[in-house]
Amino acid sequence: MKFPYSETVLEHFRHPRNVGKIEDADGKSIEGSPACGDMVAVYIMVDPKTNKISDIKFESYGCASNIATGSIITELAKGKTLDEAKKITWKEASDALGGLPKIKAHCSVLAIEGLRSAIQNYEERHGLVKDREPTTVEIVRKRLKKVMNPISGLDLVRTNLVKDIGLKNGNIRVVIDLPENHQFAPAIKEEIMEKIEPLWDVKEVVVDFTE
Amino acid sequence: MQDKRIYLDNSASTRLDERVLEAMKPCFFDTYAVATSEFAYTQGIEAREALDEARETLGKALNAAPEEFIFTSGSTESSNMALKGVALALGKKKGKHIIVSKIEDFPVLHSAQSLERQGFKITYLDVDDEGFIDLNQLRDSITDETILVSIQHANQEIGTVQGIASIGEICREKGTLFHTDATHTFRRVPLDAGKIPVDLITVSAHTLHGPKGIGGLYIRKGTPITKWLDGGFQEFDLRAGLENIPGAAGFAKAVGLVIPLENIQLQAMRDRIIDRILAGIPDTTLNGHRWKRLPQNVNISFHFVEGESITLHLDMHGFAVSTGSACFSRSLQGSHVIYGIGGDHERAHGSIRITLSRYNTIEEADAVVETLAEVVQELRKISPLGKERYGEEDKNEVSI
Repeated sequence: MKFPYSETVLEHFRHPRNVGKIEDADGKSIEGSPACGDMVAVYIMVDPKTNKISDIKFESYGCASNIATGSIITELAKGKTLDEAKKITWKEASDALGGLPKIKAHCSVLAIEGLRSAIQNYEERHGLVKDREPTTVEIVRKRLKKVMNPISGLDLVRTNLVKDIGLKNGNIRVVIDLPENHQFAPAIKEEIMEKIEPLWDVKEVVVDFTE
Repeated sequence: MQDKRIYLDNSASTRLDERVLEAMKPCFFDTYAVATSEFAYTQGIEAREALDEARETLGKALNAAPEEFIFTSGSTESSNMALKGVALALGKKKGKHIIVSKIEDFPVLHSAQSLERQGFKITYLDVDDEGFIDLNQLRDSITDETILVSIQHANQEIGTVQGIASIGEICREKGTLFHTDATHTFRRVPLDAGKIPVDLITVSAHTLHGPKGIGGLYIRKGTPITKWLDGGFQEFDLRAGLENIPGAAGFAKAVGLVIPLENIQLQAMRDRIIDRILAGIPDTTLNGHRWKRLPQNVNISFHFVEGESITLHLDMHGFAVSTGSACFSRSLQGSHVIYGIGGDHERAHGSIRITLSRYNTIEEADAVVETLAEVVQELRKISPLGKERYGEEDKNEVSI
């Protein structure tokens, strides 16, 4: 019998590490994906002298890959400096888990986002963030790199699904190279909105499809 | 991993009954000839007789004449045929308007959407929070151009059984055809084509311990329907293709094996599962009507947890169930049925469907409830949701 999940994924799913909440955490975040509805909360404690993550906990409202990725990133991040932890990629987490199904990339990427946001939250609260920059096409593109294309498990930009990005007075139009009635179109659209709308100077986001 | 596997996803598929297999066997080894060659040779006549016998059983089960029943490859084909066959027959003559409910199963829903892309106008009727359509909305939606109303007999996920007699009467009164998808009600809930004004009924063997790949469509005498699967002249020249005689014989046998007592037993197990979960596990919502529901169906949302995680944990304990969670679906969309009854994303995400069969026991029903209680409690401990409730440990207590 073969599951779509590796033994390591199943092991972390059954016995997730570092589960829970840190009251008065130095940095925390809650990331959610409307495309599949999963959520991850990440809490970190930071040693201000070494800038290393001294403790980390997570909570998950999600499927097996979401829980397993949450668990593995706590193991990967613990003891690392903030700069090192920021650089942990989805690929590294996935490799450490012995691989994840492509279609599950979008729910597992949440844990990585969660870790980065918790670090960002720490940096913001400790005055370590640079000034806000105005949104550009490049910034939008960078955000779209975090939206997974469930067909391949890779991001939208890499899989050439982003046909056009329009930007005018805070109105953003993203054109995706898929038919509007494609099985993943609604999920992709929701996830793009979720990623672009929070940009501080964005007023409206429109997602169009090519057919 | 568990050695003993307990299958509780019987609306998806069922285990074949050995007696069905026995009934099918002669059709593979003796009556394997083409039934249409009745004027040619003895084996052909025997094959024809086997097919006619099966058809007669199916017709009787629906209180219909044998020639009002045609065999298909299953409910997907039957529903496609009902919608597209009527659309082809009446689209140019009467009109291009079809009415379906929002929570139909995919064969009806996607056939409607496909026709919509071809220029048909589709009305998708709302349902209330238990899954019932509004008869007034139905009546108001039917126009002179309406060629078909297709409302399921019972819902595939939440089990709600519609009042199809009233729906049929409205359709009759307004002069439009009525199709019902009875995939999950056939032999489980009374369905009498002699009493209910319904023109087309979709049924299937796979929900009744029959074989896969065989189903049927009841077509009331005189119903305008155009053949769209072209080829030979089989099935009263309505559906081409070599007859699946083993399937037909198996379907007929399976139909005969469902006795009223079995449905009473299924209902007793259903009620026990529902009552124990709702009483013993906090923050649960029953999806569908409490008693106007399929005798074999339980569907409950467990708040603050995700369905795929529940199903995977249950699988590790040996139980097979399904969920309306987006994570579980191939389109990454949560159940359109749970959304249809006004449920939010979270309710779809945590919904679990248990569907029972002849081979389940009351011990298994108890075991799944106990395991569910454990699994849900564990998953709630790691969920960021509902913490304001579970901050105090005792509120996450289950009492099964």
